[in-house]
Amino acid sequence: MSILEFSRGPMLHFALLVFVFGVIWRLLAVVMLGFRKKYSEDRHSNDKALMVGTATCGLRSWPHKEFIGRTAFGEVVGYGYHIGMFTVVLLGAPHVIFWQNLFGVSVPWWPTLPGAIITAVSVLTVVLMLTATVRRYMHKPLRQISNFDDYFTLAILYAIMISGIWAVLGGPGRYEYILAAHIISFNLLLIWFPFGKLMHAFYIFPTRFVNGYLHAKKGATT
Amino acid sequence: MSTTATQAFAGAGAAEDNRTAEQRVEGAMSAFAKSFGATVAWNMESCIHCGMCADACHFYIATEEAKYIPIWKAEMFKRAFRRESGAFAPFFKILGLKKKVTLDDLEEWQELLFDSCNLCGRCSLICPMGLEVAELIEIGRRGMYEAGLAPKELAERAALQAETGVPEAVEKPYAELLKEIGEKHGVDIALDKAKADIMVCAPRNDLNRNPSSVAAMVKVLNKLGADYTFRSDAIVAENYGYYAGSSGLQKTIAKRVVDQAKKIGASLVLVPECGHAYYSLRWQAAELMGETLPFKVRHVTEYLAEQVEAGKLKLNKVDGLPTAFHDPCQIVRKGGVTEAPRVLMSELGVNLKEVFNHAGFSFCCAGGGGMNDIERTRPLRLKAQEIKLREVDDTGAKRFLTTCSDCRVAFDDAGEHFNWDKKTESLVELVADNIKES
Repeated sequence: MSILEFSRGPMLHFALLVFVFGVIWRLLAVVMLGFRKKYSEDRHSNDKALMVGTATCGLRSWPHKEFIGRTAFGEVVGYGYHIGMFTVVLLGAPHVIFWQNLFGVSVPWWPTLPGAIITAVSVLTVVLMLTATVRRYMHKPLRQISNFDDYFTLAILYAIMISGIWAVLGGPGRYEYILAAHIISFNLLLIWFPFGKLMHAFYIFPTRFVNGYLHAKKGATT
Repeated sequence: MSTTATQAFAGAGAAEDNRTAEQRVEGAMSAFAKSFGATVAWNMESCIHCGMCADACHFYIATEEAKYIPIWKAEMFKRAFRRESGAFAPFFKILGLKKKVTLDDLEEWQELLFDSCNLCGRCSLICPMGLEVAELIEIGRRGMYEAGLAPKELAERAALQAETGVPEAVEKPYAELLKEIGEKHGVDIALDKAKADIMVCAPRNDLNRNPSSVAAMVKVLNKLGADYTFRSDAIVAENYGYYAGSSGLQKTIAKRVVDQAKKIGASLVLVPECGHAYYSLRWQAAELMGETLPFKVRHVTEYLAEQVEAGKLKLNKVDGLPTAFHDPCQIVRKGGVTEAPRVLMSELGVNLKEVFNHAGFSFCCAGGGGMNDIERTRPLRLKAQEIKLREVDDTGAKRFLTTCSDCRVAFDDAGEHFNWDKKTESLVELVADNIKES
C-alpha cells in the first residue's frame, strides 16, 4: 500500500471515526450537564427570546459600532482566513470531487470556481493566517491567552494549505507524496478536531444563540 | 505567594482556615462545578482565544496590561474544567496539556477576579463566540470564596449582612436613619406597615451619603399615593454575598428581603437606585431560592416610568442644561432597564447628550462588583474612570445623572481626585424635584 493509498484509505477512515465519535461525545458531555430551570420573571416572551437568540447567531459576526474601532483589524484577518478556507474547501474542484466521493453522492449543480481563483484565494488565506499567527505572538494579550491548542491547530492548517498549494502549483517533489502530505494533514485535522479549539465550528451557533436568548429574556443588551 | 499576602487578601476566615491547600482547592472546584450546567460549560468550551474581550474591558483599555483580559480571569477555572470534568479530561491529564490548579494559582488569581473586575458584562457583548465571560468570572468568584480567598472587605460584609441584615457596623439602626431622613427632609416615611402593596428598599450608600435620594424616592411614592412600606428587617436590598462570591450568603441575604415581602403580602419590591441590588434581586434571587417569587421586582426608574406612561405622574420641564447620563451596567446592560430612565428624562425635557458608549455599551463606573469597597483597587479604578469622565466631557454636558448609588460613590471619588467640574446626580432626585402639582 502506497503512502497515498494509506492516507486516503485506512488513515482517512480512522480519522473520520475519531472526528465523528469525538465530536458527538464532546457535544454530549456538555448537553448531559443539563439546562437549569429559570425562575425569574421574564421581561420578554419566549418567542421574542427565540427570535433574538436566532438573530444573535448571525449578528454577532458583525461587531457593534462601539467596538469596531478596536477590533476591526483582528476581525478582518480572522474572518478573512475563515472565508478563504471555506471558499477553497467548498468551491475548489478537486475538493468538490473529494466530498462527493466521500459521501457517495453526485451533485451536478455543485458550483466550483476556476483553479486560478482558488489558488489566489489559497495564497491570500495563507497570508492572512500568517498575519494572524504573527499577531497572536506579537500582541501581548493574545500571546498570554494562547496555548498549545492554538499553535498546534495553526500548524495543522498551515500544513494543509501549503501542501495543497504546493500540489496545485507543481512544486518540487513527487506529486503523490505532496498529495499524500495534504491528505495526511487533513486527517490530522480531523483527529485533532474534537480535542481542541476547532470544536468552535460546532459550538459557535449554540453559544451565540444561548447568549442572545438568555439576554433577551432579561431585556439585557445582546 | 506568601502566607502574608494570602491573609491580606483573604476573607471567609482564610487566615484561620485549617484546611490543607488541596482541600481548599477542592472546595473551590466543587463550588465552581456546582455552579454550572450546559450553558456555562458551553462558554468554557467555546473560547477561541481571540483576545477580543480585552477591547471591551475598561481596565485593559486603561492599562493595556495583558493580565486584565477578561477571559484570562477565568483561566484557572477553564483549565480545571478541561482537566477534571471536560469531555476529554483523561486525555488532557495524561498528556499534561492542562496543569493541575494549585492554591498558589488561585491566590494569584484573587487580584484578577476581585480587584480588577466589576462584573459589568461589557466583555460578553464583544465576544464573537457569544461567551458570557462575566458569568464565568462570577462563578470563579464563587470558587474563590469556597477556597477562603474572597477579599476580606467583601467576605466580612457578606457574613455580617447575612447574620444581621446590615452589611456594616452601624451606630444607629437603618430604621433610625430612615426616620431621621424623613424628619430632616419633611417627608413621611412608611416603615414597618403590617401589610402593603409595595415593599421598598434603600441603598446603604444613600442612607449614609446621599439621604436626599432616599427622601426623593419617598416623596414621589407619597405623591403617587402608593401603598408602600420599608421593613426594618430588610431595609437594604444590596447583597454582599453576590460580590463576595458566596451563593450561600447571597441566598440568606436575598431570603431576608423575600421573606419580608411575602410577610406583608407585597405584589412589588421596589429596588432603589442601586445596581447590584437590582441585579441580584431581580435576576438571581429566584434562581437561588429555586422558586418563582410571588411578587414583581422593579427598579425605581422602571416603576416611575410606568407611572409617567400611565399618566399618573406628571413632571415639569427642567432647564435646558446639556446633560449626560451614565447607564449603570447591572441595571441597564445586564438588567435590561434601558428605556425607563430615558422615558423619565424625556418627560423632564432633559437636554440629553448621550456619551458615545451609552445604554448597554456604557463603560462601567469602575466601582461595581465590590471594587468600591476594596481600597487597594483605587489606583486601578481611577485609571478606568478617567476614560468615562473624558467621554462625559466630550459630550459638552454640564450635568451628569445616573440611577445607581454605587456609581455615584465611584464617580464622586474620581471627581474629587481629578478635580472634575461635574457632580454626579440622582435621576430620581431630579424627578422628585420636578413633580407637577395637579
